[in-house]
Amino acid sequence: MSALPSGGSYLLPFILLAPLLAMFIIVFLPKEETKTIKIVAALGTFTSMVLSLYAFFAYNQAAGGMQFTLTIPWVPDLGVNLAFGVDGISLPMLLLTNLIGFSSIYASWNMEKRAKEFFALLLILITGVMGTFIARDLFIFFLFYEIVVIPIYIMVIIWGSTKRVSKEYAGMKLTIYLLIGSAFLLVGMVALYLAAAKQGHPTFMFDQLAARQNLYSAPFQKVAFGLMLFGFGSLISMFPFHSWSPDGYAGAPTAVSMIHAGVLKKIGGYGLIRLGIYVLPIGAKYWAPVIAVLAIANVLYAAFIALAQKDLKYVIGYSSVSHMGYVLIAIAALNPTAVGGAVAMMFAHGVMSALFFSMIGFIYEKTHTRNIPDLGGLAHQMPRLATGFIIAGMASLGLPSTINFISEFTIFMGTIKALPVQAILGIAGIIFTAVYTLRVIANVMFGPRRSEWDHLKDIKGAELVPLVVLGFVIFATGIFPNILFGLVNTGVTSSGLAKVLETVSQAKMGGLF
Amino acid sequence: MVDFNIFAVLTPEVALAAMALILLAIGLLIPPGARKGMMPLTAFSLIGILSYTLYDFYFGTKTSFMNGLYWHDQFALYFKVLFLAAALLVVLSSGGYIQKLPKYRGEFYSLILTATLGMMLMAGAGELITLYVGLELMTISFYILVAYLSEDARSSEAGIKYLVLGATSSAILLYGISLIYGLTGSTQLSEIASGLGATLTPTSFLATVFILAGLGFKISLVPFHLWAPDIYEGAPTPVTAFLAIASKAAAFAALIRVYLITMNSQSFSATGQTLLMVLAALTMIIGNLVAIPQKNIKRMLSYSSIAQAGYLMVGIIAESIPGVKGVLFYAMIYVFANMGAFAVATHISEKQGSDEIQDFAGLARRSPLAAVVMTASLLSLAGIPPLAGFVGKFYLFSAVMGQGYTAIAYIGFVMSMVSVYYYLSVVKVMFLGEGEGLPDIPVHGAVKFTMLFTMIITIAIGIYPTPLAQMAIAAAQSLVQ
Repeated sequence: MSALPSGGSYLLPFILLAPLLAMFIIVFLPKEETKTIKIVAALGTFTSMVLSLYAFFAYNQAAGGMQFTLTIPWVPDLGVNLAFGVDGISLPMLLLTNLIGFSSIYASWNMEKRAKEFFALLLILITGVMGTFIARDLFIFFLFYEIVVIPIYIMVIIWGSTKRVSKEYAGMKLTIYLLIGSAFLLVGMVALYLAAAKQGHPTFMFDQLAARQNLYSAPFQKVAFGLMLFGFGSLISMFPFHSWSPDGYAGAPTAVSMIHAGVLKKIGGYGLIRLGIYVLPIGAKYWAPVIAVLAIANVLYAAFIALAQKDLKYVIGYSSVSHMGYVLIAIAALNPTAVGGAVAMMFAHGVMSALFFSMIGFIYEKTHTRNIPDLGGLAHQMPRLATGFIIAGMASLGLPSTINFISEFTIFMGTIKALPVQAILGIAGIIFTAVYTLRVIANVMFGPRRSEWDHLKDIKGAELVPLVVLGFVIFATGIFPNILFGLVNTGVTSSGLAKVLETVSQAKMGGLF
Repeated sequence: MVDFNIFAVLTPEVALAAMALILLAIGLLIPPGARKGMMPLTAFSLIGILSYTLYDFYFGTKTSFMNGLYWHDQFALYFKVLFLAAALLVVLSSGGYIQKLPKYRGEFYSLILTATLGMMLMAGAGELITLYVGLELMTISFYILVAYLSEDARSSEAGIKYLVLGATSSAILLYGISLIYGLTGSTQLSEIASGLGATLTPTSFLATVFILAGLGFKISLVPFHLWAPDIYEGAPTPVTAFLAIASKAAAFAALIRVYLITMNSQSFSATGQTLLMVLAALTMIIGNLVAIPQKNIKRMLSYSSIAQAGYLMVGIIAESIPGVKGVLFYAMIYVFANMGAFAVATHISEKQGSDEIQDFAGLARRSPLAAVVMTASLLSLAGIPPLAGFVGKFYLFSAVMGQGYTAIAYIGFVMSMVSVYYYLSVVKVMFLGEGEGLPDIPVHGAVKFTMLFTMIITIAIGIYPTPLAQMAIAAAQSLVQ
């Protein structure tokens, strides 16, 4: 890309800093000026979104690998580099973050309670998530990851809602789960760092950690991957560490649910691919059978529970746990097709769940209830909202022409050879997904017109932004999947992942079962 | 023979002693109504000494004199910078608080300075008696400071408790020193190391454990920690801050020098290592778990500081340059993080007359700056990036894992995540509660400066730790030479 004097591209730092800059401006605005605050927040995220769209299309797919890189030595004695860069795996995640970040500002457009603090924290949250995806250094990756935890906690306890569990409980549960998970992650990370530092200069760079694979013995890889699986697994709500997720989403304000379910969770899957498979392939091979079984538990168990939920947010919360099962199966299959599918699925699910949560947010804002039996026939009064809700629902059950269909299809294509039983069980899961999704749509949107909702106004103006942006992405990438898959495939093939996976599959490791 | 000007080397100590006496005299001469100037006077003299020490750290002569009685190396200077910074921040944040006291205002600052002087002696001591003198100078100043609120029964009670327990621990320390002297015929650390040899006898074992217990009391290492919560709660808040931060760091300075120079050469190394490891683990676990149910901010911070001592011990266990570097680095950021929290606590205590956590309700609305500073400080103590605490813990735990002790690092990481629970519960009260009926308490002047300064340092070091890390490495290497 553009060769700057220092040999790096400043595009990614700009994308990262735009929301942060907006945050600083907001801090100095008077707190009564809620309109200005929202506009500044929207501008900040809009800049990031446009720039990341540019990066998405300017990425040289033929060349592949990390692009738009920038490396600044940061803590020389530890070997930490402030290194940014994106490849075919992280770039979709970056774009996803910005799409959702931008929409989440508009999903909170009617927020009046302590708006200044809300938008400042939301922007920090978006910056933190973005940072994890563009970091090429494990230390920086972790730094950004932990930045997001505290704003989420504060946002849940102040702007959250108390339903089945109190918002304080939900916030604390979410925080503690993620932090305990990250404690194990940290131990794994330090162990990996020390193992890699045995030869050459100490480093945290992903590519160098991966290049020094011969330094990691098989037992070490098993232990280290196990630690990371625990950490990233809690984050991606892998069964049985998933229970924070529905409670957390139900307690959180709409924007936080969107970002959390949409992108934050994906850090878990991204980490497992970037750190697990690339750096510790033997460990991945060893744990893959376990992941596959737990993933099926995710898909089926969470789908069953979603069937029985009465609160809209709980349905979507469990559905997102269920969908993460597909990502985990794909990772466990350990072949390029499936991993590509996993990345696409993370993107697809992110867009879909963000749209779902934003629509639920509007329903709750207008009707003051999320209880499914209390709702009904909303499509009569709010056709536009119903459209968004149905698009999200259709994407959720994997209707062809949505990106979700193509991702699921790719995952099963990749999985069926490696893990036939699990793949078939997983496909069975789609049936349950269809059942609960259609049930929710039917009970909330359709049915006889109810006069108590006649006073409700349909979503309009700024409120339409999430629907338009996210809905457009679902169909655009669904009908022209090459927009996304071209990039993802470069990420999987050109980064040497295919080679890694091939050697792993030949290695006679056995595994647990 | 000394081939350098001994007074040039000792300038900070001499200046500090002189200043302590001058303040005492001023306190006597000036009528009680006109003593407002004492705080700025102390602060400016501390700034002067601090900047000289910083200069000395980088460019001054490094030496030891009187046959290694007193070391003037970068290790000692690093800790001197730390003590002076802590003293300065305590003085700056306590202006209003002390102004409210009915009498004895002048002595307060004078005593802070003598305590600081004692700490500086401890950091430089290369010999056990000097170490003991420094320790007693510090501790006796603290006996008075803890009981400073003479009308407050709790403060007096805390003072008496500290006196009794502190005297006992000093006795144990002295007994350990006398055993060492009996065994080796010397109180010089380097001579002790060669005198003790490599074989472990019951007596040398007893002596080392006694010394560890004496210093462990100051560090509030479990099981010598039981005094801390009561005394921290009863003492005036600025004194609690100074006690929790600087006196602990001073004991660590002494412990590192004594442990790494003398005890290391012995085969005690193996058993002592296990002992220290168990104690460090217990300290982290008990400190963090008992902090959870606390309702009083000072008690909570005192248990948290017990836990922090556990983290610091981990670095000593590593017995390596990275380990010592970790301790030094963490001790310095611990000053700023804890000082931020205590500055807010002092402010609340001064304006609302209460130390209960529930009285922090709605602080985010009533005093946004204080709430933000408190949050940043607590999260840094918890080790959440991008605040300084994270990098500090990373140095400590990676050092100990580098020596192959993975289990203790596990405990450390998990316990620091547990600690987030009680730190966040304070954050929750500040941000969630409306705080109805409680007054608006904006911060001004020196207190505002202290708060902002600690927060900026905490964030800046967290994001770019290199300068402090290099200072810490230099100091750690100077110790090994």
